[in-house]
Amino acid sequence: MVQTDSNIKIQEALLQESIKEAPSELNEELANKCCEVKVENLNFYYGSVQALFDVTVKVQEKGVAALIGPSGCGKSTFLRVLNRMNDLIPGTRLEGRVSIHGENIYSSNTDVVNLRKKVGMVFQHPNPFPKSIFDNVAYGPRIDGLKDKTVLRDIVETSLKGAALWDEVKDRLNEPALALSGGQQQRLCIARALAVKPRILLMDEPTSAIDPIATQRIEDLVRNLCEDYTIIIVTHNMQQAARISDHTGFFLQGEMIEWGETAAIFTNPQDKRTEDYITGRFG
Amino acid sequence: MKTAVLKRGFVIEKKKSEWRSHELIGFWALRLTLFLVLFILGVIVFDILSKGWEVINWEFLTQPPRAGMTEGGIFPAIVGTFYVTLITIAFAVPLGVGAAIYLNEYAIQGRFTRLVRMSVRNLAGVPSIVFGLFGMAVFVKLFGFGPSLIAAGFTLGLLTLPVTVTASEEALKTVPRAYREGSFALGATRWQVVRTVVLPRAIPGILTGTILGLARAAGETAPILATGAAFFLPHLPDSVRSQFMALPYHLFIMSTQHHAISQVRPIAYGTALVLLILVCLLNLAAVILRKRYRSRVAKGL
Repeated sequence: MVQTDSNIKIQEALLQESIKEAPSELNEELANKCCEVKVENLNFYYGSVQALFDVTVKVQEKGVAALIGPSGCGKSTFLRVLNRMNDLIPGTRLEGRVSIHGENIYSSNTDVVNLRKKVGMVFQHPNPFPKSIFDNVAYGPRIDGLKDKTVLRDIVETSLKGAALWDEVKDRLNEPALALSGGQQQRLCIARALAVKPRILLMDEPTSAIDPIATQRIEDLVRNLCEDYTIIIVTHNMQQAARISDHTGFFLQGEMIEWGETAAIFTNPQDKRTEDYITGRFG
Repeated sequence: MKTAVLKRGFVIEKKKSEWRSHELIGFWALRLTLFLVLFILGVIVFDILSKGWEVINWEFLTQPPRAGMTEGGIFPAIVGTFYVTLITIAFAVPLGVGAAIYLNEYAIQGRFTRLVRMSVRNLAGVPSIVFGLFGMAVFVKLFGFGPSLIAAGFTLGLLTLPVTVTASEEALKTVPRAYREGSFALGATRWQVVRTVVLPRAIPGILTGTILGLARAAGETAPILATGAAFFLPHLPDSVRSQFMALPYHLFIMSTQHHAISQVRPIAYGTALVLLILVCLLNLAAVILRKRYRSRVAKGL
């Protein structure tokens, strides 16, 4: 369920006022760089249960933003707000403003299909379709209406190269994707997302279901991809966040406790709770 | 002290053996019921097989009845059942699968969908003669089809709908959510998700359920009784508006309505056997489909 128009308008008005009145230092600093994702005063509900509380954050273009926090803290919910995957869950409700490239993605005239093409997603468990490797990567362009075989072939090749999988699968593109190993499947899912040419990639604990060596490859891949894409990654693993991200946000019980440069968050957290979590006192 | 323990031990021992015998009796009672069911099934099949087998030959399968239906074959009834089943498929499959897709993929789950599901399931419990009379009132009279293949096919279609809808919905439900999400996340519309990811996975299950429903419909007498099945026709049906002969109805006539019942008894048995084989073949097709589907899933294609 998406909020009504009048609701949005009221909130927009309120927001603009509040922004005019009190632009925080952090906002000002980030506003200088190109801002990719802007979330303001986001509240999110599953039915009557509130999952996110007043989250405000700006993610800048390119680079990796990591979201950390204990299980059930709302980081995955937050991620799924950004490509409106939560729309698929009945009874969800959202307040606040979420904009991508300056456009409110929860306005009544948002084209969700286009939004999801712009904001790709990689899931926790690799979920290639039960089709061939080629058909998996070609899926997005094909549903977009692309039929030309040579163009498709090019897209599949560049996408698989982009996901560092090409060399491993170039001789068996017609084999079932499910025959690949878990780590390869996850990279295939990344290739599949890249084939749609998104600008933002959301990753929901992409390495939690695969082994350490495959994890390392995906981490390297994420570092490479962030030169061309804005990557927002949810991770359970704090070391991973420290290794691969430029910015980190710490979620706790639906609130974004702290957001900042990764180095700062990990060496000099401002909030006691962030410090406790990072030093392993809980979570 | 010692005696007490012994006593206790003895009591427990006795109880244990009591349990054992109870369990044994229960076990054998259950096993007996299974044997009984198999036995009844065996008797029926054996009876039909032994008495029907000698009647069936090439002529029986390819010739129309002759001499007041006391001689000849059952070819028109086989053809009629085949045609009416085709119409049943054409009616029930698109409608049933479409309804299942809507219910499972599009409709917002709530009181309304629960009500629809409940109604569909209850429809399965409606006696087939009620379907027959409904078909007569609606398709034969109201729509003006007259007693015909199309009226009977639609009536049988209605009868199969609950099975088709339920089986299709179950098949759609088995498609993992991860596939749907993966497809949505790539910017697919709901219909694209259904068409490219959900249906290819669900179709074998849908087919299996539908075939089982058809097998049941092919053997029904009551729904076609009042909607188009004929006692005897000198020629094969030439359009969907024609009346037709059908195996179950023919069997019904041959075993209860014919003027020389004892004379045509072998033909009745032959008809029963052909009908039985037909239904078994349909069920076999469902089993084969399911097997192929499983191996395809195992291969991941």
